[in-house]
Amino acid sequence: MQDTKSPKGLTRRELLSRATAAGASFVIGAGYVAGRDAAWATEMNAMKPESFATLAQMARDIYPHDQVADQYYAAAIKGYDTQEQAEMAEAGLGKLNTLAREMKGSDYIDIGWEADRVEVLRAMQDDPFFQTVRGGLVTGLYNQKEIWPIFGYEGESYSQGGYINRGFDDIAWIG
Amino acid sequence: MAAPFDKTDDSVVVIIGTGAGGGTLANELAQKGISVVALEAGGRYLPQDFLNDEWDSFGQLAWTDMRTTSGDWRVAKDFSNLPSWIVKAVGGTTTHWAGASLRFQDHEWKALTNYGALEGANLLDWPIDGAEMASWYDKAEKKMNVTGTNDNPRLPGNNNYKVFSAGAKNVGYQEFHTGNMAINSRDDQDRMMCQQTGFCFQGCKWGAKWSTAYTEIPEGEATGNLEVREKAHVARIVHDDSGKVTGVEYLDENGDMHMQAARIVCVAGNSMESPRLLLNSASTMFPDGLANSSGQVGRNYMRHLTGSVYGIFDKPVRMYRGTTMAGIIQDEAKHDPSRGFVGGYELETLSLGLPFMAAFLDPGAWGREFTTALDHYENMAGMWIVGEDMPQETNRITLSDAEDQWGLKVANVHYSDHTNDVAMRNHAYDRGMAIYDSVGATRTLPTPPYPSTHNLGTNRMSENAADGVVNKWGQTHDIANLFVSDGSQFTTGAAENPTLTIVALAIRQADHIAREMSAGNL
Ligand SMILES: Cc1cc2nc3c(=O)[nH]c(=O)nc-3n(C[C@H](O)[C@H](O)[C@H](O)COP(=O)(O)OP(=O)(O)OC[C@H]3O[C@@H](n4cnc5c(N)ncnc54)[C@H](O)[C@@H]3O)c2cc1C
Ligand code: SF4
Repeated sequence: MQDTKSPKGLTRRELLSRATAAGASFVIGAGYVAGRDAAWATEMNAMKPESFATLAQMARDIYPHDQVADQYYAAAIKGYDTQEQAEMAEAGLGKLNTLAREMKGSDYIDIGWEADRVEVLRAMQDDPFFQTVRGGLVTGLYNQKEIWPIFGYEGESYSQGGYINRGFDDIAWIG
Repeated sequence: MAAPFDKTDDSVVVIIGTGAGGGTLANELAQKGISVVALEAGGRYLPQDFLNDEWDSFGQLAWTDMRTTSGDWRVAKDFSNLPSWIVKAVGGTTTHWAGASLRFQDHEWKALTNYGALEGANLLDWPIDGAEMASWYDKAEKKMNVTGTNDNPRLPGNNNYKVFSAGAKNVGYQEFHTGNMAINSRDDQDRMMCQQTGFCFQGCKWGAKWSTAYTEIPEGEATGNLEVREKAHVARIVHDDSGKVTGVEYLDENGDMHMQAARIVCVAGNSMESPRLLLNSASTMFPDGLANSSGQVGRNYMRHLTGSVYGIFDKPVRMYRGTTMAGIIQDEAKHDPSRGFVGGYELETLSLGLPFMAAFLDPGAWGREFTTALDHYENMAGMWIVGEDMPQETNRITLSDAEDQWGLKVANVHYSDHTNDVAMRNHAYDRGMAIYDSVGATRTLPTPPYPSTHNLGTNRMSENAADGVVNKWGQTHDIANLFVSDGSQFTTGAAENPTLTIVALAIRQADHIAREMSAGNL
């Protein structure tokens, strides 16, 4: 799901120069969303770039892991950027922004502190859109094998002969 | 006549489901020279097919046909169409199971006598006891090569066990070890010893763990007396005017209906599907469903009270390495009402991989309280609570208005905790947290029950026909040639993981069926 190349072959510099900031983590340009450092970028198929950036921020605020880079959150929600899903997502994010403006006086992604964004999410947590996004993240985020090592989970072990000779009982700090 | 059998052959025993109960019964009957057709809704997967990946394995093996839920259990809210984590495959849930193989304690066979009548609980004594079952347990432990029995050494303790046992010692427990596991601790029975891969719940790729999929079933097939028809979903059991069952109607994978004639029918579809099938088989003669003159079909659904405790430490544990459930503390398994509840519970080591931990640690939870726990996944240790829950008439399987892909009414699973269950779970949470605290946990997480893995009691065994569905042989009180052969026979649940008892009952039932057949009674 993750695009490693910049959209439409833009160089890193071009990409950054054409983009505008969206919240703390993202930059958006015509038809794409990228990380602030342009380490990753993803082209939009159906969603507006600003909506996608908002959704990525929402995903991080639902399951915040400071050691997990934005690109994995972006990958976890990329499924909403399709003809079938985009309308539902745009509508849900519209609601989120309305609530954000009511409660905090700005669009969701422009709220600076996580605690303030979380307040907005709490107010919305029984909404089906919130529940869909949250439920989708449970597998969308945590079932990405690339992030398992960050949590110290080693995944598949059969091909390596199990742990019988690889530390099934190697705990050192207990008697 | 040798397998395969003709669909009109009415001399065969038809078994529905090939899990712990059905798979064992199929082999035992085949070994005695009895012709068996086993119909299994799922497909066939063997160790080479199993996947070391939680969600992929779930997709491969789990029963995901529609079910509905009600009652105040949290599963009904968080997993409304997944009340249970069980398997639809040849071998049934013995592909997913962890292998913990414990005998009932003697007093547990007589729950009503020993606990007394409890308000709201539909307690009853089993019509059998520990003395009756001892020799059948012996046979089951031999068959399954259970560690800690028959000179089979126990498994070595993994990281998770070391934390668990150190804590057990600190809080003064005395009965703890790496369990009685149906997992080879050395090469035996043409199966390898455990390689500590840590994916016991996903099907053992080494075949070290006993599963009917690659033990009982092929052994039975090798006799020429057993035919397993996979992807064959039984829709209805049919009977004649005298009230004897005569065969079953089943759907193949294309949805085409077939009829298999039978001399005897044995139902072993797990405690949600078995009562569903009896209820879906209602006829003019049996308007409330087959074998349901007592009204008890589907009632007294039990699931063990369950719950988990995870501890987070300041240093790595890596609980996921090694055998998933090789660790047990039995000190709390006794019946000691001074603790504020009847019955007891076992504590067993447990580990989930990161994907399942995210899904099951606190379903629905989000935000930093939740994610900071997962951040320390590597430093987590885990245990599972298996305690006796109370049978309640209102906890039951009924037919839902919803239909499955075949247009058959699905099971609705209704469950609410009894106050005894709540008291026991809270006690167990306290003890579990104390265990981890004693070894320096910086945070403990009392985790709610997962979708049910132990499903029991919905066609219960009783002395009197008015109190239950089957007699002490698993034969229905109402219909002599209709048997129940799975965990739904359980009169009460006891504190122990159920499979060893299901297998022991199946071996005993095979003996009874063979005897009755040769005596001309069946
Ligand atoms: C993750 C996990 C871990 C477990 N660990 C342990 C453990 O350590 N110790 C223990 O004792 N127990 C354990 N269990 C429980 C154990 O697996 C079950 O108690 C046992 O397998 C139940 O046996 P059964 O015969 O009642 O049903 P199952 O083994 O579930 O078999 C039922 C079979 O019937 C089939 N079926 C259902 N309806 C139909 C139909 N209409 N037509 C045709 N076929 C049908 C199903 O597809 C299935 O294959 C565990 C379970 C799980 C999920
Ligand atoms: S830990 Fe042992 S029993 Fe479990 S899957 Fe691995 S080899 Fe099989």
